[in-house]
Amino acid sequence: MRASMIIALKDLSQRIRDKSAILLGIVAPLGLALIFAAIIPDASDFTSDIQVGVVDDDRSAISAPFINDVLPSVEADGLLTVESYDSAETAIAAVDAGTISAAYIFPEGFSDSLQAGGEATVEIVGNVDDSIATQIAKAVLDSYLAEVDAVGVAVGAVMVSGGSDVAGIAQSVTASTSAVVLADVAAGNRELDATTFFSAGMAVFFLFFTVQFGVSSLLEERHFGTLPRLLGAPISRWSVIGGKAITSFVLGLISMIVLAVATTFMIGAEWGNPLGVLILMICGVMSALGIMALVAVVAKTPEQAANYQAIVAVALGMLGGTFFPLSQGPRILSLFSKLTPHAWFLQGLGDLSAGESLKAVVTPALALLAFFVVTIGIASIWRKEVLAP
Amino acid sequence: MNVLECEGLAKAFDELVAVDDVGFHIAAGETYGLLGPNGAGKTTTISMISGILESDAGKVTVAGKEITTRTTDGNAEIGYVPQDIAIYPDLTARENLRFFGKLYGIPKASLGPRVDEVLEVIGLSDRGDDRTEEYSGGMKRRLNIGIGLLHEPSLLILDEPTVGVDPQSRNSILESVELLGQSGTAVLYTTHYMEEAERLCDRVAIIDGGKIRAEGTRRELVELVGQRDTINLGVIGSAYRLVEALESMPEIHKITAADASVEILVDGASSVLPRILEVAQQSEVGVSGVEVVEPNLESVFLHLTGKALRD
Ligand SMILES: Nc1ncnc2c1ncn2[C@@H]1O[C@H](COP(=O)(O)OP(=O)(O)OP(=O)(O)O)[C@@H](O)[C@H]1O
Ligand SMILES: [Mg+2]
Repeated sequence: MRASMIIALKDLSQRIRDKSAILLGIVAPLGLALIFAAIIPDASDFTSDIQVGVVDDDRSAISAPFINDVLPSVEADGLLTVESYDSAETAIAAVDAGTISAAYIFPEGFSDSLQAGGEATVEIVGNVDDSIATQIAKAVLDSYLAEVDAVGVAVGAVMVSGGSDVAGIAQSVTASTSAVVLADVAAGNRELDATTFFSAGMAVFFLFFTVQFGVSSLLEERHFGTLPRLLGAPISRWSVIGGKAITSFVLGLISMIVLAVATTFMIGAEWGNPLGVLILMICGVMSALGIMALVAVVAKTPEQAANYQAIVAVALGMLGGTFFPLSQGPRILSLFSKLTPHAWFLQGLGDLSAGESLKAVVTPALALLAFFVVTIGIASIWRKEVLAP
Repeated sequence: MNVLECEGLAKAFDELVAVDDVGFHIAAGETYGLLGPNGAGKTTTISMISGILESDAGKVTVAGKEITTRTTDGNAEIGYVPQDIAIYPDLTARENLRFFGKLYGIPKASLGPRVDEVLEVIGLSDRGDDRTEEYSGGMKRRLNIGIGLLHEPSLLILDEPTVGVDPQSRNSILESVELLGQSGTAVLYTTHYMEEAERLCDRVAIIDGGKIRAEGTRRELVELVGQRDTINLGVIGSAYRLVEALESMPEIHKITAADASVEILVDGASSVLPRILEVAQQSEVGVSGVEVVEPNLESVFLHLTGKALRD
């Protein structure tokens, strides 16, 4: 341990001296986060004056979360203003009168019919003069139902103009079915706001470049011929590896912490519960360490290692959704993204920011540690060669 | 007392046998040379002795402590100077020395003074705070050696420390090695310069193809192969007349003549030379110069391996 510390201190002073670690670890991610935050409008800053109504004749486990959780949070984001109506008739009348732009109608027996294996329809009645509002209202419901993955739910949007009758509307609704099992309903608003997203995304993206300094300095030792000296010194071989790991870890963690603090104060990023963030950061740094160690072990020269590491860092960063939120891409992408530490890190932060308790970081943290264990395991098979003079 | 003892050392890289059953010992204050051409197995042998490279077979002890790649105890007894310059270019000489000093466990209080001392010895006191990337090749070489001396090891291993060094630096390096030997340090010195081995080493091993071909003092080695002295005469007059006159002498093994010189191979130049000069006078051949060349390690090497030390 003492020898590892001596080696790490030497490495850190070298890295601070050549400034590249500071550049890649702090300046670049901070700069990009600032630029992204400045040019990309935050969804939560976007407000509209769309007013919608909602009628719940069903009062079921499917309609309630939408009305009690989803709509209020959409309302909190300033996208919609929601009003409740007692009956379908009054809601449609309000649409007709133009008081509201659209109305959600959960008919009586909606969930019963679903549970019986049949089909059911949620109606959205929209004002013909305001089709954009109707589309937005429909999109909100669609995304909820996609989360719910309910069997046989059909969403029908109908444009009404004055004097239409409810029965007619019900019949003209187009029915669509999706045969999926009922899934987790509690998926609230887990997305980071744009500022925090870009801050965290850039931090974790560049983390993979920062930890590389410690890892590839092992190759550098061989290049400078100093590795035989280290191997000949009265220290164990593990303490050489340990020194490099400490260097990587310290550089990675410091850059993450500096970035979190800087983005919080400079652009108002909200990273969430500091303890949870710290846990995610530590596990994230370790996952990056493992992956970059594996890449370095496969490479033959420091130059080759740097190239491979850049490719891997960029590829994982892209796939892991550090440049754009995964929810905006196809679902398959977000599945694949779980193969990257980046996605787990961002998911952990998202859960934290949704105000969930510290428990929310357990799964992402364990996933990140799994990356570490697996990659270090594979890398250590090569250990002998890494330490050959 | 032997500081270094090694026996049966062997190492193969895939098919290539780099070192094969190498063993020797070095006493305190003794300087031992490994003399051999490129690829002879010198560096491989040294790497195993210093616990850097895992050996396929054999045993090494330094100051009574066993050395392998997994031991750490005995390593502090060894000072290792790699063949290739092994320093951090982005650190100063002082920082390089301090780093390795800490790694070798030199106590904090004595580290500073010891670093100054070594800087003095290697003649870098006034450049100690410059980054080593700004150094000349010779300065880097000297620092490379200084790192090995730093912790005052009982065994100093130098792997061709004078390669690519100007004559002046080389001389100062050789002088420091001589001083270390006198101060009681055991020195293992590899080289393919015959002159260095002759000047520095109390005993020399001739290594080629991974095997020690012969070992001993310079005299012993020369006698071992029964090498003869060479007398070179510069002549005024007919070299051929002199050759004719000398040919019948039994002590002369071989005699060849060129334009104005004669090369004579004899057993024991000192006893034969007066008679040769006498014969020259009698045959009325003038002698303008006499040079006696005793057999050297180069010729021993040639005899043992059938090839020259340097290509
Ligand atoms: N890591 C290695 N992998 C494969 N072969 C090696 C390795 N190290 C040395 N060799 C081979 O082992 C043999 C001995 O090499 P070694 O470096 O010990 O020679 P040397 O006597 O130090 O030569 P030089 O005077 O050129 O430094 C050579 O044929 C060399 O090619
Ligand atoms: Mg060598």
